[in-house]
Amino acid sequence: MDLAVMQYSVDKIRADFPILKQMIRKYPLVYFDNGATTQKPVKVIEAVDRYYLTINSNIHRGVHYLSNEATDAFEQARKRVATFINAPESREVIFTKGTTESINLVANSLAGFLLKEGDEVMVTEMEHHANIVPWQMVCERVGAKLKVVPISDSGELLVESLDSLLTERVKIIAFAHVSNVLGTINPVQEICAKAHERGILTLVDGAQGIAHQTVDVQSLGCDFYVFSGHKMYAPMGTGVLWGKASLLESMPPYQGGGEMIDKVSFTGTTYNVIPYKFEAGTPDVGGVIGLMAAIDYLTEIDFGSALEYEEGVMHYAYESLKQIEGLRFIGDAKRRTGVISFILNGAHPYDVGSILDHQGIAVRTGHHCAQPLMDRFAIPGTVRASFSIYNTREEVDKLVAGLKVAANMLL
Amino acid sequence: MNAVDEKGLAIASEFEMFDEWMDKYNYLIELGKSLPLIDEKDKTTSNLISGCQSRVWLSANYENGKVYFKGDSDAIITKGIVSVLIRSMDGAGVDDIIASELDWLDNTGLKEHLSPTRSNGLVAMIKQMKLYAMAFKVKYENK
Repeated sequence: MDLAVMQYSVDKIRADFPILKQMIRKYPLVYFDNGATTQKPVKVIEAVDRYYLTINSNIHRGVHYLSNEATDAFEQARKRVATFINAPESREVIFTKGTTESINLVANSLAGFLLKEGDEVMVTEMEHHANIVPWQMVCERVGAKLKVVPISDSGELLVESLDSLLTERVKIIAFAHVSNVLGTINPVQEICAKAHERGILTLVDGAQGIAHQTVDVQSLGCDFYVFSGHKMYAPMGTGVLWGKASLLESMPPYQGGGEMIDKVSFTGTTYNVIPYKFEAGTPDVGGVIGLMAAIDYLTEIDFGSALEYEEGVMHYAYESLKQIEGLRFIGDAKRRTGVISFILNGAHPYDVGSILDHQGIAVRTGHHCAQPLMDRFAIPGTVRASFSIYNTREEVDKLVAGLKVAANMLL
Repeated sequence: MNAVDEKGLAIASEFEMFDEWMDKYNYLIELGKSLPLIDEKDKTTSNLISGCQSRVWLSANYENGKVYFKGDSDAIITKGIVSVLIRSMDGAGVDDIIASELDWLDNTGLKEHLSPTRSNGLVAMIKQMKLYAMAFKVKYENK
């Protein structure tokens, strides 16, 4: 353990997240639902407040002072995001309302343009519905086919199957950086290399990756990387699509409206340059400024050592949960992060989650918007504990104690 | 007050006796175990009320002017609440079921499981019970 991690003070970090001080049903809140959304540090909340208190105004079109201030802040945020994911250019960063919208944008823009009848789109068995359904919809529209990369019992992608699956019909492969159920970290570089050898585009769903890995889109080697702000300490309703400039430039726009146009007449419209071409309508300016504040916060606290600390807590949780009789992990990948999914043999996840909730412990239960994955393991759902930089080993102990209560009551 | 809500108030008072959530839930789990279970052969898709979190099965019979329900769920807490709802309506006349307001559920402290956002099939189940009553009324009583 290096010095930075040893000096990491979780108490200090927790003080930055006022919501954590709450009592829930007379118990101190234990928040292990970070995979759904993380809590927000004061700095982010204040940045959003400050925006509305001092510079709220519509961006990119005003001649007045406030509009310029807001535009500057918004474009500053774009640069900050680009740096955070090591994008070559900030114009490759497109603001959306979240991962789901980012994927819909790419899928719809590619439909008919790149994706035509008889083509194939590849996803994996471990995808979130948001990385299945948009593709299914455009496939149906253009007459393309959706294909699926299988996974092993331990929850790892069968990467070797790609050699036969990635035929010339496949135009794009869309896959999770980190599984939202299994926690598996997929070998992004290897998959991208295999795809690119065959001229296939790659989209990485970074919804669960962004808060648990330092992301460098250039070294990952993908064509698109998408994520949500709200899972990385930023406000709800903020998201990013990063794509290679050359690709984004050639792609047609997704939605029409203001901001995305160059010139409009009733006989035809020419479109603005990237990123604006893909940002129709008024964006969530305050949210994006909050996203910038979240990035600044993570930089300030040294994100790398925060992640190392978080890994330690997750590992401790894994070892502690292992001691519970009748607990079965769903997903046992060698490389994993962020979430641990499990079931208590004989108990329904809904019951386990409800009883934990009564002890002030927030976990997620159900199919986690990954029904095909539940079918793969023949289970109705799982209990999922997902971790963050502010969770502690004491909280893990409470989770374990809470699960023992649940087991006593339910089994 | 209709007969369903009258019975419901009595059931709610059982739950009001508990100060501790754990005792209340232990009781609920016991109730789940005593539920008049739907026959395995009746666990068909048409009797399934699918929630995002848990699944509920419900069947209904009409005999001599009264409605009888059977049910099940894959989650025991959901099953306990299925049992509470069935107890309040089982053997009631169609009009009582249709008129029931179920306000007494507020007193049970179980209301959070009946929020539409919980998506455990229970909200849809209540609707289904009333639909059964309406269908029986049309079929057998509107002469």
